[in-house]
Amino acid sequence: MYFLEHRAKLLDVAAFLDRIDRAEPTSSETDFRHAALMKAIQVMLDGQPQRAKRVLDLLSDAESEIPQSAHGTKGASGAVRSKSGGAT
Amino acid sequence: MKYIDPHVHMVSRTTDDYQRMALAGCIAITEPAFWAGFDRSSAQGFYDYYRQLTDYEPRRAALFGIQHFTWLCINPKEADDPAFARDVISLIPDFLKCGNVLGIGEIGLNKNTKNELIILEEQIALAEKFNQLILVHTPHLEDKRKGTRIIMDALSASSIDPGRILIDHVEEHTVAEVLDRGFWAGMTLYPDTKMTPQRATDVIEMYGSERVWMNSAGDWGCSDPLAVPKARIEMARRGHQMSLIDKVTLENPKTFLSQSEKFVLKE
Repeated sequence: MYFLEHRAKLLDVAAFLDRIDRAEPTSSETDFRHAALMKAIQVMLDGQPQRAKRVLDLLSDAESEIPQSAHGTKGASGAVRSKSGGAT
Repeated sequence: MKYIDPHVHMVSRTTDDYQRMALAGCIAITEPAFWAGFDRSSAQGFYDYYRQLTDYEPRRAALFGIQHFTWLCINPKEADDPAFARDVISLIPDFLKCGNVLGIGEIGLNKNTKNELIILEEQIALAEKFNQLILVHTPHLEDKRKGTRIIMDALSASSIDPGRILIDHVEEHTVAEVLDRGFWAGMTLYPDTKMTPQRATDVIEMYGSERVWMNSAGDWGCSDPLAVPKARIEMARRGHQMSLIDKVTLENPKTFLSQSEKFVLKE
């Protein structure tokens, strides 16, 4: 049960990574979201329990700072830049 | 089969959806006030929205035998301007007298800012003053864990019993803390950015069925107003007893919501 649907999801991730490889880089730096995704994949392979929780923790803002206003900020991106700790 | 969808934004859905939900066994919904997908330009825009939630939408739901209840607030995404937010909050006390209003919600944080937190605290105080239940929105994606903790701290600073507060949109990294601190936890079944029926069922298997409910949060985005019955099917597919399935999709919502004297189901 569930193998075929997760086989399909796994192929989606594999194809997504292939697509990134084929794309022309717009910067010499690795996109922080791509770096976070690669770290999340490592979590899934480490054989330890609570993978879903640990992936979510990895993708979470670990900063304690609270900005005054949201003015000028963008919507949630789903991962954090290295200074926030999550995907470092 | 009967179920309650305790968090769905029907103002953004078609009448067909009410019909499909009724056919799937939905007997009642509760609809929190939320962000319409764009920022409203005046407090008057909220006044009209509250009229829609307390007058028009209950009548549309009743056409299909669904009871409609609601929650009022200014949502966190439009609460980053405190002066504007206070104009909106001043409208709420009069609407709390309406027969289908269960409490204050969905309040919370969006980008975890100090301005949002000030307005969250003021709306917690409003609930405290008028003895209202609270429904909490937690931030999306990378902001969720931090925001959920800030929200719980703000709630714990009030005198409101955590058993009268439901914290929604929990995921695997927030559900344990929410339950450990005595709050109720809501799992939102949303196709891309929140939980799937499969993951929600996993959470019930790992953390139990006490003080937990499921909802669709169906709205103007890619969402599914039939997500709750689909979760029921997922639980049945795994061999869970019907009593457990009914508990998390019918009995638990009844227990929490019945803390408001306005929540009375027609039998």
